[in-house]
Order: sequence, then C-alpha cells, then structure tokens
Amino acid sequence: MAQEVRTVEQQTPTSQRVPPRPVFLPPTDIYETKESIVVLAEMPGVPPDGVDISLERRVLTIRGRSAANEHGGYQRVYNEYAGGDYERVFTLSENIDRDRIEATLKDGILQLVLPKAEAARARKIELKAS
Amino acid sequence: MALSEFPRLGFDPFVELRRMQSEMNRLFSGFSATATRDFPPINIWLGENSVVVTAELPGVTHDDVNLSLQEDVLTLAGKREPETQEQNLSWQRRERAYGTFSRAVQLPFRVDPEKVQARFNNGVLEIELQRLEADRPKKIEIRVA
Repeated sequence: MAQEVRTVEQQTPTSQRVPPRPVFLPPTDIYETKESIVVLAEMPGVPPDGVDISLERRVLTIRGRSAANEHGGYQRVYNEYAGGDYERVFTLSENIDRDRIEATLKDGILQLVLPKAEAARARKIELKAS
Repeated sequence: MALSEFPRLGFDPFVELRRMQSEMNRLFSGFSATATRDFPPINIWLGENSVVVTAELPGVTHDDVNLSLQEDVLTLAGKREPETQEQNLSWQRRERAYGTFSRAVQLPFRVDPEKVQARFNNGVLEIELQRLEADRPKKIEIRVA
C-alpha cells in the first residue's frame, strides 16, 4: 500500500502586525431539549463574517471578532465598553450530529442549534412479548 | 484603641493600618461583580457639531427600546426578554440577564430633537444627535482698525 506523503507548506508569518485586542468571555445561555442543545452567546458588535465556530469531538469553540470601535472624525469622550474579540470554549456532554448544526447571528446574539446524534438520544426500549 | 498596646506612647500605629485596610476594601468592592454594572454600557463620541452615543444591546430589537430626549438628557429605556418559549427544556447555563433597563445620559450640549438618527448594527445601538443651531459656538471676527 502506498504511503501517503504530505508536504506541509511552511506558513510565513504575516508581516502585518495586529494590535493586541482584549478578549472577552461572551455571556452564554445553554439549554437542552430532547432533540438538541441550544447555545446563545452575546456578542454585540460582531458582524456575521467575524464569527468562527469549530467543533472538535466534544469541544465547541466560539470566536467572534467585533468591528472596529472607531468613528471617523469623532473623538471618544466617554468609554464603558471596549471593542475586542470574544472567545469561549465549551465541552459538550453529548455527541452531536455535526451535519445538521445550525448557526445564526441576530442582533448581536449567536444562536447555535446542535442536534444530538441518534445514538445519544434517549430511546425507549420496548419489551418483547414472549 | 483598646485593642492596641500603645496607649502610653500617645499614638497608635495600627490606627493608620486599619484605616488603610478599610480604604482598600472600599476601593476594591466595586470590582468584583459585573452584574452591578450599568446596563447598557455606553460609549460617547464627540464630533464637531454632533455627538454619537453607542450602546451594547445584544438581543434587543428596535421595538424593545424607547428613546427620549429632554433638553440635553437622552434616556434609553427598554426590556430584554428571554427568546425561548419552549417547554421541557433543561438549563445548563444561564448567564444572560433579562428584564427592563433604563439609562439617562447627559450630553455635552443641547441637541436638535428633529435631527436624531438611531440605528441598530449587530446588537449595538448607535444614536447620532446634532447640536442645536442656536447653541453652536460663533466665530467672532476682529475688525482691523
């Protein structure tokens, strides 16, 4: 059997320097229904293309990059929140059917619907009549 | 001072330490709970003749917010409601807050109530207010004698 040889392209670090930004933990609600696990994370200021979700086995990682907290021609005179990135990692208790995961971003809230895998669902076991 | 052993010296070095301790406790007491933070958090941006107020309001739609303006005080009021009506669910984590909120912001100058623009952008409310014509600074020319 031929062995697969992979050449890994060396990734050159980008010369562009990214200024350090604060990373926030988004406040999150998680609830479980019979069919799925629903995650709601507050990420105000994050545009839809700034969201990055990954699921590796049971580890769910949510990342969001908020748009620049700047206004052209305006000067900031009072500050209570800062622009930054959101990142949070959860370990899920169930196996997830990863083909049917739905993610939506609406009004700054990321909603993830993670359907449970068939095998993980509670099943009723019928007694066979003898 | 009865606790200390220094009455004869005429001063008590621990008084100062106790005072510092209570001062430190007072200083740091505000940092622990994020729930006591004012909601919504706002930023204010100042332009030449306008001011922009931005507020982080995730999950709030324009129907849920009431904006009002009196003189130079802008009031944001509204409510946040849980989105799910589903029954038979078990919560694993509840960190988001719900309920009504109200916040008044004093602006640096009086604004024209007719020229207020407010819009939502990914959960951030942005309100732009223009300074009143009559309130703007006037340039005074110096006549050359």
